[in-house]
This record gives sequence, structure tokens and C-alpha cells, in this order.
Amino acid sequence: MLKNIPLPALLGLVFTILFLAAAIFAPWIAPYGNGQIVGDVWQPASSQFWLGTDNLGRDLLSRMIYGARITIFIAVLATALSFTLGASLGFCAAVLGGWFDTGLSRLVDLLMAIPTLIFALVVLSVLPSTLVTLILVMGILDSTRVYRLSRAIAVDIEVMDYVEAAKLRGEGMGWIIFREILPNALSPLISELGLRFIYAILFLSALSFLGLGVQPPDADWGGMVKENKDGIVFGIGAALIPAAAIAILAISVNLVADWILNRTTSLKGGRG
Amino acid sequence: MSSPILKLVAQRVALGILLMLAVSVLIFAGTQVLPGDVAQSILGQAATPEALANLRAELGLNDPAYIRYFRWLGGVLTGDLGTALSSGQNIASSIGGRLWNTLFLAFCAAIISVPLAIVLGLLAVRYRDGWVDKLISGLALASTSFPEFFIGYLLVYFFAVQWQIFPGISTVYDGMPFMERLQAIALPTAALTLVCLAQMMRMTRAAILNLMQSAFVETAELKGLSAFAIIRKHALPNAVAPIVNVVMLNLAYLIVGVVVIEVIFVYPGMGQYLVDHVAKRDVPVVQAVGLIFAAVYITLNIVADIASIVANPRLRHPK
Repeated sequence: MLKNIPLPALLGLVFTILFLAAAIFAPWIAPYGNGQIVGDVWQPASSQFWLGTDNLGRDLLSRMIYGARITIFIAVLATALSFTLGASLGFCAAVLGGWFDTGLSRLVDLLMAIPTLIFALVVLSVLPSTLVTLILVMGILDSTRVYRLSRAIAVDIEVMDYVEAAKLRGEGMGWIIFREILPNALSPLISELGLRFIYAILFLSALSFLGLGVQPPDADWGGMVKENKDGIVFGIGAALIPAAAIAILAISVNLVADWILNRTTSLKGGRG
Repeated sequence: MSSPILKLVAQRVALGILLMLAVSVLIFAGTQVLPGDVAQSILGQAATPEALANLRAELGLNDPAYIRYFRWLGGVLTGDLGTALSSGQNIASSIGGRLWNTLFLAFCAAIISVPLAIVLGLLAVRYRDGWVDKLISGLALASTSFPEFFIGYLLVYFFAVQWQIFPGISTVYDGMPFMERLQAIALPTAALTLVCLAQMMRMTRAAILNLMQSAFVETAELKGLSAFAIIRKHALPNAVAPIVNVVMLNLAYLIVGVVVIEVIFVYPGMGQYLVDHVAKRDVPVVQAVGLIFAAVYITLNIVADIASIVANPRLRHPK
């Protein structure tokens, strides 16, 4: 299987794994501590500090590695929340139909009528700035898109003969959802998972960049851009490094998701 | 204009007004029903219970939520957006100039990106699977993956710091000469254009490609018309509706993108104003600005709907 991976997907996979490894093993591979001040402000890259130092004289490479941890941790949890919530509600709406489906679908339409970033800002203006609120807000707002997709897929599957047969056998709703619909809805949902994860990373970075996401002294990559942005006008590119890391991670996941999507659709032999 | 179009348009407008009302309820509920206390955030954690009670009574916070909602909505409809908690200034008058600044920036970005996206989208279809097409799909991948601030700060780093062509901070003031103003917003305009260009190109390409696979285009091909003649005479008139739709949807997207871009370039617009006051937990300002952003977004979406109804040849010439 590995032999057949096209080059872009392979590159994407390598970078994704690299970033994941950095996130998981951060305390062991980071040369310095996360908040440790080790040198002068905004020192250029050197053999001692591979990426230079940041706005407070902390080692930029170490902060990038710890930043990977926070960024990926929050994005993974928010994506997991949006998928569990969106997919289970979407499947339920498709199976139950009636007022449950109508009510929920109209609510989702309403939530999607407001740009996500704007609504997140409105809600974050009154909620406490903690990691839990951040994950909840990101996950719930993003679950609207997963809801729409999984409902649309489930409605198509629900009218299939095998689902009809299961219903006639007298299977309960749990069986219908987990044994009939879920296995058949999995491949489009998995490629959507990649896209939602990228969106979560970009969304989190934007919030943190605006100062409303992860709060100091911790910083995700978006927060690091905010910390170092004042250096740009003096020609110090420290803020560009975390920004580029976000871009590289997003592109890598995108390439992998594209490949998975192509593979699963071609496996189905043209049935779509 | 025939009646089916008018009927459809009227339906969309009515739906839009209904949606706007529902959104205002949602924004109000989002800030009022969730835990959090306006009085507490004005006075801070050290406030005495008496002071809190007095302020709550003064702000009318003891009334039930629905009464406060209708009071707020009544104010909004008559142009009274209330006063900012943090500065005590009238919100409507602080917003005025900023709204104009934001719309001007978005307008400049639109005027560049829309024609560019359409031309590039057409080129991508004309030279399908050629290098233009590949370049465009590469750009689209990049622009959906790059955070706005990466594009923004790259532009600042090169154009403002290294080569010093344009200012990296977009200061504008009342009565600024037009050319100077244009120069001040050159970089944010470029950033916004880059953010939404690729998406618009890709959607234009998809819309036209969809048409090119239809039966009447095949007929034109079999008649021996040249590729450009086919695109110009057969595909384009039918592509107007989807393209207008694409453009409007992306303009709506642009309005949101403006928030981050304004913060990058310290541009005195609505986005900057919103972000500042979210950090200060200034609820009345956040409600007002959130509602305006949502209203612009919904309006553009409805205009997109209406435009595609009006531009649809099948609806324009009913049997």
C-alpha cells in the first residue's frame, strides 16, 4: 500500500507525522523550557538557538515545539467534539425525521447564517477565557457543518433496502445508526475529518492571533504570531515562523485528506 | 419582468428579514443568557455587592431578558445602538466612520479580485489540465491552507520593511487625499485579494466546467466553433448566474476576512473595533458590531440568491 502513495500525499504524511511527533514528545525534544528566558530579545538564528529567540528572549524552537502541542491538542479535541456532536445529531435527525429533524435543521441554518468567526467573538466576549470554553465554542460552532454533511449522507443511506430490511427485522435505532448507517457513511466523513481539522487549526490560530484564544504565558502558534508581530516592522521575521508552521501543517493535512478521498472513491469502483 | 421572478425575489427578501430577526435574537441570547455579568465586568472583581446592585438597576439588568431584547431591538431599529461600557461613547457615532473604512477596503479588494478571478477561471477552463490550470489549483490549495496573517505579514515583511514601497501600518484619517488613502490601504487590499482570489477562481472554474460538459456546448463543438467562441457565445451567458453567485458568496467571505486583516494592518475599521471590545468585554459594542457584520453577510447572501434568480435564462423567459 505504501508504495502507491503519490509524492504530494507522501510529503503531507511525513510532515503531519513530524508535527504530531513534536506535539507528543515536546518535553523530551525541546532544547529549552517553554517559558524559560535564555537570551536577549529577538536574537537571530544561531547554533545555540536554531530559530533565534522571541520577544521576551525565549528560545523560539522550544516554544514552537510546545506550541505544536497546544495547537494540535485543542484542534484535535475541538474536531472530535464537532464530529461526535454533528454526526450523532445528523444521523438521529435523518433516522427520526419529523419535528426533531426540522427543528434542528432550522437551528443549524440559523447558526450558519452568522459568520463563524463573528459569532465566536460575540460569545467569547462574555465567556471566561479558558481552554474548555475555547474547545466547546470551536467544537459546537463547527459541528453545524458536520451535522449538515452527515444528515445528507444518512438520508441517502436510510432509504436503502438493507436499512429497510433491518427495520422490518425490528432492529432498534442504535443498531440502525451504528451497524447500518455509520459503516456506509464512514469514507466521506473521514475525508471531511481532515478538512475540519485544518479549519479548526486555522480558526484557533485566528482567535489566538486576535488575543482571544489561548492566553499567555502559554501560546499556540497563532498566539506566537501575536507575541512576535511587533518585530516585523524592524525586519525581524520571528512572527513568520509560527505562521509558516500553521500553513505547512494545513497543507500537509490537506494533501493527505485529498489522497484518502481519491483512494476511497476509487475503491468503490465508480459507485461514487 | 414577469411575475414568477418577482414572487421568488419577494420570497427571498421576506425570508432574509425573518432570518435577520432570528439572528438578532441569537446574538442577544449569546451575550445575555450565557453566564457572565455586565455589571461585574464594568466594576471589576473587587466591586461591593451594593455597587453591583445599583449599577444593575441603572442599566435595567433586573428586567426579564425578553423585555431587554425588545428594548435593544427597538433601539437598533431607530439607529440607537446604545453606549459603550468601556468609554461611555455613543456606539452609533463611533461606528459611522469605521463602517465606511471597512466597506471601502472591502470594495477595493473586490474591484481587483472579482475581474481577476473570472478571467483566471476562464483561462483555467480554456487551458484545462495545462500549467495555468495546475497553477490555479496549487494557489487554491495554498490560499485555503494559509492563515490570513501569514499572507498579511509576508506582504508587510517584503513590501513595507525590505523594499519600503508601501506603509506596513494603514493609517487613514478624515479628509485624507484620495491617492494617499489608496496607498495606505494597498497592502491590506492585496492581502484580502489574495485571501479570497483562489477560492473565487476555483468556483468560477467549476461553474464553467460544469457548463462545458453540457449538451449544447458539445453541439457547438461539433459545429466546429473555436474554443473562445464557444466560451463567449454559448457558455458565458449561461454561466452568469453561477458566477454572480460565486462572486457574492466570496464578497460575504471577504467581510469576515476583513476582521483579521484590519488587526494586522492596524486599520481603523469595524473588525478592529469588534476585536478591541471583545477583549474589553464591552457587550453592547460587541452586540451592535456583531449584528452589523451578520446583517451585511446575510444581505450579500440574499443578493447572491436574487442575482442568480434574475440571471437565470430559464426563469427570465418563462414558457
